Amino acid sequence: MSHVRRSLSLLRVDGVLGGVFGGCDASGLVLLSRSTDVFENLALEDWIDANVDLQRRGVLLLWRNRPAVVIGRHQNPWAECNLAAMRRAAVPLARRRSGGGTVYHDLGNLNMTFFASKKAYDRQRNLSVVTGALRRARPGLDVHATERLDILLNGRFKISGSASRLSRKSSYHHCTLLHSADRSALAAVLRPSCPGIHSNATPSVPSPVANLLDHAPSLQWDELLDALVQQYNAEFGYDAAVAPVDPADELAFPGVGRAVAELRGWDWTFSKTPKFSVQTALHLTDAVSAASCSARLHVEVKGGVVESCVLDVPAHWLPPRLVAALAAALVGDRFCRQRAAAAVAAVLRTENGELQRRLLDLGDALVSVIS
Amino acid sequence: MAAVTRGSFAVLRRLLTQQYRRRCFRLQSVRCDRTVQPLAFRWDRNIQMLSSRTLHIASVSRGPIVQFKLSDIGEGIMEVTVKEWYVKEGDKVSQFDSICEVQSDKASVTITSRYDGVIKRLYYDVDATALVGKPLVDIETEAGPAVIPEEDVVETPAMAREEHTHQEIKGLKTQATPAVRRLAIENNIKLSEVVGTGRDGRILKEDILNFLAKQTGAIIPPTLFQEIQTPPPAPATAARPASTAAAAKPPPATPRPVFTGKDVTEPLKGFHKAMVRTMTAALKIPHFGYCDEVDLSRLVSLRSELRSIAEARGVKLSYMPFFIKAASLGLLHFPVLNASVDEGCQNITYKASHNIGLAMDTLQGLLVPNVKNVQLLSVFDIAQELNRLQALGVAGQLGTSELSGGTFTLSNIGSIGGTYAKPVILPPEVAIGALGKIQVLPQYEHIHVL
Repeated sequence: MSHVRRSLSLLRVDGVLGGVFGGCDASGLVLLSRSTDVFENLALEDWIDANVDLQRRGVLLLWRNRPAVVIGRHQNPWAECNLAAMRRAAVPLARRRSGGGTVYHDLGNLNMTFFASKKAYDRQRNLSVVTGALRRARPGLDVHATERLDILLNGRFKISGSASRLSRKSSYHHCTLLHSADRSALAAVLRPSCPGIHSNATPSVPSPVANLLDHAPSLQWDELLDALVQQYNAEFGYDAAVAPVDPADELAFPGVGRAVAELRGWDWTFSKTPKFSVQTALHLTDAVSAASCSARLHVEVKGGVVESCVLDVPAHWLPPRLVAALAAALVGDRFCRQRAAAAVAAVLRTENGELQRRLLDLGDALVSVIS
Repeated sequence: MAAVTRGSFAVLRRLLTQQYRRRCFRLQSVRCDRTVQPLAFRWDRNIQMLSSRTLHIASVSRGPIVQFKLSDIGEGIMEVTVKEWYVKEGDKVSQFDSICEVQSDKASVTITSRYDGVIKRLYYDVDATALVGKPLVDIETEAGPAVIPEEDVVETPAMAREEHTHQEIKGLKTQATPAVRRLAIENNIKLSEVVGTGRDGRILKEDILNFLAKQTGAIIPPTLFQEIQTPPPAPATAARPASTAAAAKPPPATPRPVFTGKDVTEPLKGFHKAMVRTMTAALKIPHFGYCDEVDLSRLVSLRSELRSIAEARGVKLSYMPFFIKAASLGLLHFPVLNASVDEGCQNITYKASHNIGLAMDTLQGLLVPNVKNVQLLSVFDIAQELNRLQALGVAGQLGTSELSGGTFTLSNIGSIGGTYAKPVILPPEVAIGALGKIQVLPQYEHIHVL
């Protein structure tokens, strides 16, 4: 039965998208996403990469997102962005499938994804499309692509960064383009969540950035898009018109809903973090006796889950077995503030009096490290 | 009788060995003895039949170990960093399964397997630098077709023309490994009729066997299925590798529950271990239970009146704020229920604040966030605070101050549909209340004795 349904859905897809994906052989494809949801757009990227035959033609996808932080495939979110600040500002975190560093997306940032077969993978060529378009639109503009696949304005300011992904037969290269992004929001959010993180995850390389609009005030969004599409067609010999698409359309993109759900999930976003450790000092005080002391915390996190937790507290402050019980209560659970707080609360229930007070203080200090 | 059997078995064994030796010898020598041939031929055919049957049944028969080299990634890249392994030594892989994720210069590359087989050796650790053109993994391939294509081959099976055209337009390819295709051909099955449950809708051996079972009504012995089905994920540790693309597009068919009949043991640790201690301490407390039914008709109408007013002020009003306030008012009359005793019950401390907790069942386990100082709050204030705690809980942001310091707890068993409950006191508290669900029930109001 499901086999019949599958054939039917294939037929439906062809009916709806026959004009878009069907088309004649060597024509390119330029898609403009109607969605500003970062997860939907990332899922659309993956869908195109997996389902569209890129052997004979390329695809260009243009998209932008409501404010969001996007980290690279192998990065550590705790090291790259301030998760608490993002939660307060309702800025979601997304992990993309391509490598590279962390970026802040908002509606003033244009994303372009160049899909091609693995054989036709050429990132410098793609970037020449962008610089070519900008120069054609504003002939005096000093923009050029670097070896690191950034695009610099006036030789100093980064206006575009790249990342890419190679699969078995296909590839995609996407890059940002800062048109009119909110740079202050960017700075507030792109800083570490926890102190003392040691990891081998891909670090981000910060650079001074600028908006195109600041240096070419008359270059509006629509003109920018037009210039890019024109240049893309010219460079690759295509004759494609811009086709708007809705990534949430399950009929057009069967299976995209599940991809969106996966991208939103904790497992993909946090559990894919490479192994890291948090090593930091804790300052403990006793509110009643006004005494204080210092302790050390060493947490190992693998797959977003606490693998080991060691608390080094002076023996005179708290009995070592109690400290060990508190540390052990965190092991095996997600590296997450609430989970740690619940574990601390569970351990606290079995203690009383002065011990409980100091244990609570230690638990507080421990939990405040975890974001 | 036994002696005869043993004797004949020994003879048979010798005979087998002779034939086997002769067969080996025949393979090695240039030409064989004519007289031996018919026997050898018969024997060979048996072996052939056995091996082809084995090919249908067993998962892997020993084959050559192939060194799978890291292929050229393009752009003149000579080395990459291995970022994540999707397989480990001993895992079974099929052609096109993801093996690992490597990164080079902001490009993330998924390396997929070119062969079916078992991973024998991983050449690099995570974060190590892998060289292009050098071996990445060793795969022990299945004894099957001798020719294994060097380049990835796009296979286009013979299908009905209409289906073929649709596949072309969408740019999809029906994928099945050569072993699976052979199986299909031998059993006269059209690949287009089989539902693929592998990655990208790929058709696996199990799909062919399932199809066969449905066609012929054959009952495939459970041992067969056990060998074929993928082993269950190792408990509490990194599970069976799941490639990113596979997770993004799970198979269209409904997943069959995998039953292998094996017990799974894993150590209790972390939060669960801490809860064991808490619960053990809790049940040391001698419990006294008291149950009653309360007519809530007036509360129901009161809440419906106040709900819109609360919503106008941005607060969701449930029944809990009323119960929490009622509990606090009760505790004013009976402060002993808001107390705590120390170890050994030497001293009792009457707590001044009514910090009333609300027991919640979460993915992690039992969480009890509490509303502080209920004695100072109005029903509306309590509702506001509950909203705040709920929002924190959803965001995973409840902290130690919210989750500890409670003096009395209410458990809303009615929220999961329960009517009565026997709650367990959470130390260091001395009392707990459980609320069943609110039901509309017919009741006798007044009985006039005539």
